[in-house]
Amino acid sequence: MLYFSKFKIITVFLISVFFIIFASSNFLNTDNSLLSKKINLGLDLQGGSYLLLEIDNEPVEIKKLQNSTTSIRNFLKDKNINFTDLKLVEKSISFNVESKDAKNVEEFFLDKESEINPYFNQYKSHKFDLTVDGNNFLLKFSKYGLIEIKNSSQDQAIEIVRRRVDEVGTNEPNILKRGSDRILVELPGLDDPMRIKSLLGKTANLSFRLVTENANDNFGVEKLFFENDDGEALVSKRIILSGENLLDAQPNMNNQTNQTVVTFTLDRVGAKRFGKVTSTGIGKRLAIVLDGKIISAPVIQDAIVSGNGQITGNFTFQSATDLALLLRSGALPAPLKIIEERTVGPDLGQDSINAGVIALIIGFVLVIIFMFYKYKMFGLIANITLVLNLFFLVAILTIFEATLTLPGIAGIILTVGMAVDANVLIFERIKEELLKEKNNIIAFDSGYIKSKTAIIDANITTLISAIILFFMGSGPIKGFSITLAVGILTTLFSVYFISRLLTALYVIKNKEKENLI
Amino acid sequence: MINFNKFYKLFNIISFILMLSSILLLSVKGLNFGVDFKGGTLIELRTTDNNISVTTLRKSFNEMSLGDVNVKKFGKENDYLIKFEKKDIEPNTIEKIKVDLKNLIGDTFDFRRVENVGPKVSSELLKSGMIAIIVSLAAMLFYIWIRFEWQFSLGAILALFHDVIITLGFFSLFSLEINLSIVAAVLTIVGYSMNDTVVIFDRVRENLRKFSDIKIYELTNISINETLSRTIITSVTTLLALLSIYIFGGEILKGFSLAMILGVIFGTYSSIYIANPVLVRLRVSQKTIIKEDID
Repeated sequence: MLYFSKFKIITVFLISVFFIIFASSNFLNTDNSLLSKKINLGLDLQGGSYLLLEIDNEPVEIKKLQNSTTSIRNFLKDKNINFTDLKLVEKSISFNVESKDAKNVEEFFLDKESEINPYFNQYKSHKFDLTVDGNNFLLKFSKYGLIEIKNSSQDQAIEIVRRRVDEVGTNEPNILKRGSDRILVELPGLDDPMRIKSLLGKTANLSFRLVTENANDNFGVEKLFFENDDGEALVSKRIILSGENLLDAQPNMNNQTNQTVVTFTLDRVGAKRFGKVTSTGIGKRLAIVLDGKIISAPVIQDAIVSGNGQITGNFTFQSATDLALLLRSGALPAPLKIIEERTVGPDLGQDSINAGVIALIIGFVLVIIFMFYKYKMFGLIANITLVLNLFFLVAILTIFEATLTLPGIAGIILTVGMAVDANVLIFERIKEELLKEKNNIIAFDSGYIKSKTAIIDANITTLISAIILFFMGSGPIKGFSITLAVGILTTLFSVYFISRLLTALYVIKNKEKENLI
Repeated sequence: MINFNKFYKLFNIISFILMLSSILLLSVKGLNFGVDFKGGTLIELRTTDNNISVTTLRKSFNEMSLGDVNVKKFGKENDYLIKFEKKDIEPNTIEKIKVDLKNLIGDTFDFRRVENVGPKVSSELLKSGMIAIIVSLAAMLFYIWIRFEWQFSLGAILALFHDVIITLGFFSLFSLEINLSIVAAVLTIVGYSMNDTVVIFDRVRENLRKFSDIKIYELTNISINETLSRTIITSVTTLLALLSIYIFGGEILKGFSLAMILGVIFGTYSSIYIANPVLVRLRVSQKTIIKEDID
């Protein structure tokens, strides 16, 4: 047992050097790609903003149902089936058919090749669940139909969120899906997320619609409020242009009025339509509606055929910039709600780092002094192991580019306190063995063997806690579980390879020494 | 050799009373949940104006109709923690508060930290926190069940419950805030308490194999004594590390390190005075483990 082959010694030595180099790379500034890896600092340490957004899918669901109602109408007409009462009833589509057609219609909806009720092979489910009651048909989104909707609106929303955040130009934002209807936005270094929050809080559904006095407009009308004051206007539901027709939007100064405006460029289809409406509608008012509120409703003066136009309103330069940004990045498929926000200022982050490092150094020094006082020479060995252990821990976090959080630093300090446990178990056991065994080497050997089960048991229990925390915890807490778990692994390695090697060398040199420990 | 076994009864009674009062506290007074679990908003504020006090801040915040506002000092001089429970806050609520506060106390402050947790998220966090604790207790139960005989498992799990409940009882008694990091602390306590118990149990089992003529009452005492210096040294080094976090690690880690300190103390105590007396009560003998070995 005491014998370590040269090969083993060299391997352990090389591994240690390797880890130390990686641990040190955190403090170097080189371009060397191998050494450029660094531990990431969590938002709580470098400062920044964490936003959890939830997509409100209800409007999307209703809109999809409305579209489906239209398709079903066309579909049934196509098949020459007479139907009555086709309408939306509380998130389901209801309609009646004649008795002779009932069987056929059921077939249309339940066929795996159905064009009107698509079948998802991966879920083994249709888009709609069908309930037939006599001649009445009721269609409701199936569980998987809803998942499909959620997934697609999440995909679209994350794309828009990414564009908006990128346009603001923050430092390496992190934008991730969470669950089926949430989006996580991490913005390192941003200490005031006000602007991003207000940008993400807007759906940015833009439409150009005519103001009308006639309440019996063919397309229907609705009463909308103005954004800036309490005024209201009757606006046609007919959408002339929407945000999708926009190629570009920029904040600008209007030379004549000295007002801040947002100028926009339309795509070909948009330009054509805009030209037509403005040439036939001179004298009418055109309402520019954003998210259900009228920004402004200027009177059409001239035909605009160039596809360039401007939106006026009571803009400051900032609000014009933001509106232009929103229009450029496109509309969200559904409204987003910020359901969790955590923002840490950079100076608090730095304070936390300082406090954590001071606590680490003091805790470390106290443990080292205590161990040396308790075990002298063996304490020195345990301390060397502890120092190396710390290097290993930092190195592994670096290699995997793990994120270090404030609780993560606490995990490192805790590791310092608990890592000596394995060595203590071994040393105490050797002490006991020495009471009945005169030969130092044999006592040393059996000390290592007999303490093994206790050490493994003890470390596995802590590891179990750390693993559960990793899966259940969020953000900073995850950081804690990672350092704790990695700390246990590096502790076992350093105790069984480094510490054992050093103690073996010492015991061989002091074969005859009394009171070894 | 210290005769720990002489005090088994006494400390069992004390532990029983402590547990009972903790359960009573938890069910009557409950826990002081922070924004993580209750939802609401937290603002850590630093001011450069020495004339500002908790009272002026409380008065200013009360004027903003945010509901129940809680203002307290936080660590250093001029650092304050403000909490309110207003559930649905708009994206611009924080900005409005900043503007209002500027008008009320002047531009002499800085928001160092803002946390806002919606009601849905907070109830999810609470649920997953509780699940995490239950799962970890179950995982420990499973581990100890495959490693030891059931008598040992019972002892270890009782010790775990004891530590977790009394630590939480302590938090309830002093109305200390329960947040995400406290859950992390509780899980770590579970691991530590188990670790400590297992080391003594390992020795008990080893001694049971060796000595057939020593009664379990004596045997547990011998085992505790044999592992005592390890128990003390490891507790001391862990406590040194934790105390260092508590004193120097900043305000944010205070609750976490306090919970851990309590957990380590109770964990060490319960290994001796809860886990071992259970073995005595269940009349564990050499047969208990020999039978298992033959199986």
